[in-house]
Amino acid sequence: MTTKTKQLNRIDLIFKNENDCKEILQKSFDRSHEEIINEMVNSGLKGRGGAGFPTGLKWKLTAEETEKKKYVICNADEGEPGTFKDREILTRVPHKVLAGMAMCAKIIGAKEGYIYLRGEYKFLVPQLRDELKKFHKIMDELNLDFVVDIFLGSGAYICGEESALFESMEGKRGEPRNKPPYPTQCGYLNKPTVINNVETLAHSYTIMKYGAKKFRELGVKDSWGSKVFSVSGDTPIPGIYELELGMSVQDFVDDFGDGDTKAVQVGGASGFLVPRKRFAKSHIGYQGKLTGVSLPTGGSMMIFNSSRSMYNVLNNYLDFFEEESCGQCTPCRVGCQQLLKGIKAVKRGEKPAAYLDKLLKLTDTMRLTAKCGLGQSVANSFSSIVENFREEMIY
Amino acid sequence: MINLSINGIAVSVEEGKTILEAAEKLHIHIPTLCYHKDLCVAGNCRVCVVEQAGVDRLVASCATPVNEGMEINTNSLKVRNCRKHIIELLLAEHNEECTKCYRNGHCELQTIAADLQITNQDFIDLVPDQFYSIDSLSPSIEKDDSKCIRCQRCVRTCADIQSVGAIAVAHKGAEMKISTFYNHPLNEVVCTNCGQCIVHCPTGALVEKSYVEQVWDAISDPEKHVVVQTAPAVRIGLGEELGFEAGTSVTNKMVSALRRLGFDSVLDTDFTADLTIMEEGTELLTRLKGALVDDNPDVALPMATSCSPGWVKYIEHKYPKYLPNLSTCKSPQQMFGALAKTYYAKNIDVDPANIVSVSIMPCTAKKYEANRPEMKDSGYKDVDLVLTTRELAVMIKQAGIEFDQLNEENYDSIMGIGSGAGLIFGATGGVMEAALRTAYEIVTGREVPFENLEIKPVRGLDGVKEANILIENVLPEWSFLEGVELKCAITNGLENAHQLMESIDNGDRFYHFIEIMACPGGCLGGGGQPFPVDDEIRRKRMEAIYAEDLSLPVRKSHENPEITQIYQEFLEEPLSHKSHKLLHTSYVKRQPY
Repeated sequence: MTTKTKQLNRIDLIFKNENDCKEILQKSFDRSHEEIINEMVNSGLKGRGGAGFPTGLKWKLTAEETEKKKYVICNADEGEPGTFKDREILTRVPHKVLAGMAMCAKIIGAKEGYIYLRGEYKFLVPQLRDELKKFHKIMDELNLDFVVDIFLGSGAYICGEESALFESMEGKRGEPRNKPPYPTQCGYLNKPTVINNVETLAHSYTIMKYGAKKFRELGVKDSWGSKVFSVSGDTPIPGIYELELGMSVQDFVDDFGDGDTKAVQVGGASGFLVPRKRFAKSHIGYQGKLTGVSLPTGGSMMIFNSSRSMYNVLNNYLDFFEEESCGQCTPCRVGCQQLLKGIKAVKRGEKPAAYLDKLLKLTDTMRLTAKCGLGQSVANSFSSIVENFREEMIY
Repeated sequence: MINLSINGIAVSVEEGKTILEAAEKLHIHIPTLCYHKDLCVAGNCRVCVVEQAGVDRLVASCATPVNEGMEINTNSLKVRNCRKHIIELLLAEHNEECTKCYRNGHCELQTIAADLQITNQDFIDLVPDQFYSIDSLSPSIEKDDSKCIRCQRCVRTCADIQSVGAIAVAHKGAEMKISTFYNHPLNEVVCTNCGQCIVHCPTGALVEKSYVEQVWDAISDPEKHVVVQTAPAVRIGLGEELGFEAGTSVTNKMVSALRRLGFDSVLDTDFTADLTIMEEGTELLTRLKGALVDDNPDVALPMATSCSPGWVKYIEHKYPKYLPNLSTCKSPQQMFGALAKTYYAKNIDVDPANIVSVSIMPCTAKKYEANRPEMKDSGYKDVDLVLTTRELAVMIKQAGIEFDQLNEENYDSIMGIGSGAGLIFGATGGVMEAALRTAYEIVTGREVPFENLEIKPVRGLDGVKEANILIENVLPEWSFLEGVELKCAITNGLENAHQLMESIDNGDRFYHFIEIMACPGGCLGGGGQPFPVDDEIRRKRMEAIYAEDLSLPVRKSHENPEITQIYQEFLEEPLSHKSHKLLHTSYVKRQPY
């Protein structure tokens, strides 16, 4: 592993109490679109939802589309098990998220924006509405024709997948679309759309304020900046932490573990399980295989100590996927059911232990052929758990 | 043009084409299930995945547009393993009762499983956990979710081609299924019974309700006199089920086969199609007189055809305020049924109580139509049993008849002669053309001014066709029509009907007469016709119908000698009291969901 690593570093940028959105926006509006896009590209900011697509490039591609009508959408459908950082960001610093949206709208030429809010976060609506009132006043003062509204989801995990999210907003069943075309050409209502995670938008405010150079003082190559983590499980200090990217899992466990950490699930149910023996070699960032799983909302860190059965953990994840698959594509719909029933059958002795190998091959097919990130990433937790804790699956 | 290579072979295709279409051009077969030429691309079964050089994940060939320089492999180890897995997964959630299945031998999943030799599928059987039940309450369609592979071809058909939306996807994950409004049975929802979902279903999840056994029972009963009528489109579709190329007309072999099956009398729905023209043509002229001469505000124009029971149920659900616009004429099937147990029974001196009236239809909605409570004007159920073209093929196979070796035989009489005009009812535009051939001649005393009586503007597979016929030099009794330009529109497929009705409803368009057929291409593309179907097959069937029309001795309904005879001996004249009682009907408003 040639990756440069960082010590565990707590950062205070996202939640820093700053009330200067209007000024920052005003300053940025005075610059050319090209300059701002370059700033975003140079910052190296990658999508904080988990997929890690370069944000600057996304804005650039959408800005280049000639279509008149465009949209900016904030993806606040935070549904990944073990993730709760977007809720915190929207509670404490919603103005930064909105400033990021306004910036994006100005550059790409959008007049309408939406916050797609997870149904379970309905309680946030009144305070977000208040925030929007203030925001629209700022828009008037800055003379930017940009209006943001809230769209409340209905609770399906799959609607965090960007194209399923568009379908949901259009009043259809939330099912992922075929790609290409990508949202930058053909998103909400088939118009060019920038869809960014809550945290990504907040970071773009930081970049506007402090500049790309400052942003890149944090993190490592390909994983610049900091990231908000949702820490849960067997830890004495669960909660939301902003950490510099590039740390090793070992450093993370040293700080957050309870002294008996057996494994860490990085990136939620759709992410990877890192067993103790790999703590030192595994790093948190977008460069390797370990994070940056293409599903909504990265930043979930679930810590398991030795009292936990990894069979139960996997069983729990598969229960979730079996229910939350949209059901349209074969590998995901049937694959998830087979994995869940398969590990149960092995546990009960109805299938031989070697059946686990067949299931591992099946996850490979799911990764290669599923229509969207959901089905593709079930393989991550399944293979990393089964390969590392095979005995626990059988006995 | 975009240049790419598939399995090392170079190919150029137009921009926007998919990998699947490019492979087709090279005659490289990629298996598909959710893909259908009639439908928009879904890309959800994932059976058609292929490997693209430089891309780790496989791509769905049906949904991926070609790119310059793309290198595709449709048969790599990776592709073969994944494709096999996907079929195994589908089989694990599929009720593998192949030998008990109506689609046995016609099932696309079965074919692919056989092609790939899936012999060691050992995933866990998911069917028992789902507590499936078969919805068989509709008189037309049976839905068995245990055989459904969730490809959504039926959903796209019902929504996009038919604009009905009776079936849609419900629930998610393991519970995801194709369902109806509140999971009500198909007979209680907006379903028009058109059966397009059946012809687009790759498996046996959606099939017609079969009445084959009841027909055999009737034939075997010595007390019963079993008459059978055959719809126009059956004769040009049936051959496809029995080893003939699409577009082969097998009229006289079919008659011969029906006789061998044991029907007591083999008669032709073309006859009542001709009768429909007499009644409906007269109804149109009466409505025009009411509107143009009497200025009667109660006369509803445009008048819409009522031969297609799928369309009739559609308008009852979706446009009930236009029910007065529907012609009151029964469909040819139901006219036939009413006459079989009256005029025909009297003619051959058989007690109508002992007549079993069977019809062979290209249609599943006809099964529903025959069961409408009002269809008992003969004093009995007018049509007892309705079979599809496919079911007739089943009977022929069950009876061990070598169809291609049969002699060519003619229909029985009476009610066995049809004109070319009656025959072309089977194609979209046919009713319009047949009506114009007769009505124009009644009004002007001259034949329609088209070469060989072929009214080309009303023919073809276009969504909405329009024709304006100028009426000049009329006979004295029709002077009110002098100089009137008769505005007509023809449409096929209910989505097109929806568009047409919207344009009429919002005042964009005005017509005197519209012909609407529920199915794409008209009855020849009906829900009871053989699998598979696409535009090319529909076009071939259409050519066969028009070719047969051209070859017939009588090509105008009013010149059919049996039509003259029935008015002389029984009905007196079009729209007579007796006609009204037996040949006309009424409609009901239904709920829109």
